[in-house]
Amino acid sequence: MATLNYKQQDYICQKNETVLDTLLRENLNIAHGCRQGVCQSCIMRSVDTNPPVAAQQGLRENQKQQKHFLSCLCLLEQDMQLEQITESEFAHNLKVLSKQMLNHDTLLLRLLHDEAFTFKSGQFINLKSADNTVRSYSISNPPNKQLHIELQIRLLANGRFGSWVHNEVEIGDNIPASSALGSCFYNTERQEQGLLLVGTGSGLAPLYGILQDALQQEHKGAIHLFHGSRQAKDLYLKEQIQQLVSEHENFSYTACISGEYRNEHEEHYSQGRVHEVALSNYSYLNNWRVYLCGHPEMVKQMQTQVFLKGVDMNDIYVDAFHLSSL
Amino acid sequence: MSDSLYEKLGGEAAVNAAVNIFYRKVLQDETINHFFETTDMQKQMAKQKSFLTMAFGGPNSYTGEDMRKGHAHLVEKGLNDNHFNAVAEHLQSTLEELGVAAELVAEVMAIAESTRNDVLGK
Repeated sequence: MATLNYKQQDYICQKNETVLDTLLRENLNIAHGCRQGVCQSCIMRSVDTNPPVAAQQGLRENQKQQKHFLSCLCLLEQDMQLEQITESEFAHNLKVLSKQMLNHDTLLLRLLHDEAFTFKSGQFINLKSADNTVRSYSISNPPNKQLHIELQIRLLANGRFGSWVHNEVEIGDNIPASSALGSCFYNTERQEQGLLLVGTGSGLAPLYGILQDALQQEHKGAIHLFHGSRQAKDLYLKEQIQQLVSEHENFSYTACISGEYRNEHEEHYSQGRVHEVALSNYSYLNNWRVYLCGHPEMVKQMQTQVFLKGVDMNDIYVDAFHLSSL
Repeated sequence: MSDSLYEKLGGEAAVNAAVNIFYRKVLQDETINHFFETTDMQKQMAKQKSFLTMAFGGPNSYTGEDMRKGHAHLVEKGLNDNHFNAVAEHLQSTLEELGVAAELVAEVMAIAESTRNDVLGK
């Protein structure tokens, strides 16, 4: 067992316990989010020994050289003195402009950003609440002159961050935020390529951003959006997306319901799991570009399936939403 | 490395083309695809690319030690000569599909064969 030293105190890491878990067990206030090595919000720095390589996955070379590591992935092999990296990871303050419910459990949060904040729609940011809870949210609108960004926040029962935004955050408040991260966004190379966008739940957020960006940039190829959820009431933005369908010949939209579905309101839904519905439309997908966002299991299965149907691995963009501990 | 096998085969572009075809074959082979169930596909493709670069005799950072460590958890799950042979066959048919000359295919297969003991932890 190794000992870690943090703020002049020694703590023992139990067997198979990550540095983050040790510090949280000792009730220390450490920013963290996904606990999967994805969001990078639990990044820390070793003052003495080199961190295990496995705890540095996904970090840039210069961060590795500075002995930065992800505490949620770090199993200590030897004693280490460590410190938090200063708040520069949350270099921006985003001002709350509005909150609006999109359906029964999804909140649209509109924020004002500063000039220094740049992004592509579909990228994500980490936000930090008053009690240091960090969550990642995708940006669902393209850059604009008003400097607005829009996030779609799913309000889960007992979800700490969502409850905080819903109940406590007021218009005009500032929320600390990271720079925009991730590579799941539209680019204008090969505009004749077909775009297949498949998402579950609030996986629609990055896809809606990518969609608007592609349409604004006058993408030439077909754009097919498939959005799925269990029940009809979980779908949202249907009218806005239908409006885009009527304005753009190359764009189509399919809403899918995987649970029980009675056609009460004469609205049209496809029955079935969204990736299976989507796949059934194509016998092959050579030369397509694919964006997959939402449930990790859907993302992984679909990634394999579209690859086997001929999509180049470099043309598959994924954003799997891992549920954080509440 | 002016006339290395890697260059003769077409360099990085050839590796990119090959890795997509090769990995599709591997994932569709029921006798071996369970070894890949829990892997991150994009990372795995990057590894396949380094592996093919090495098999093509190009610049690479693979060592025998890496091959040994990287496959140790699969050896525990029963990775054996039959699985190795299956992967090697997919590599060979990939190269043949891409129209690589027979003597170059033979060179690549000899390099792949040289990793057998490390991969299988022998």
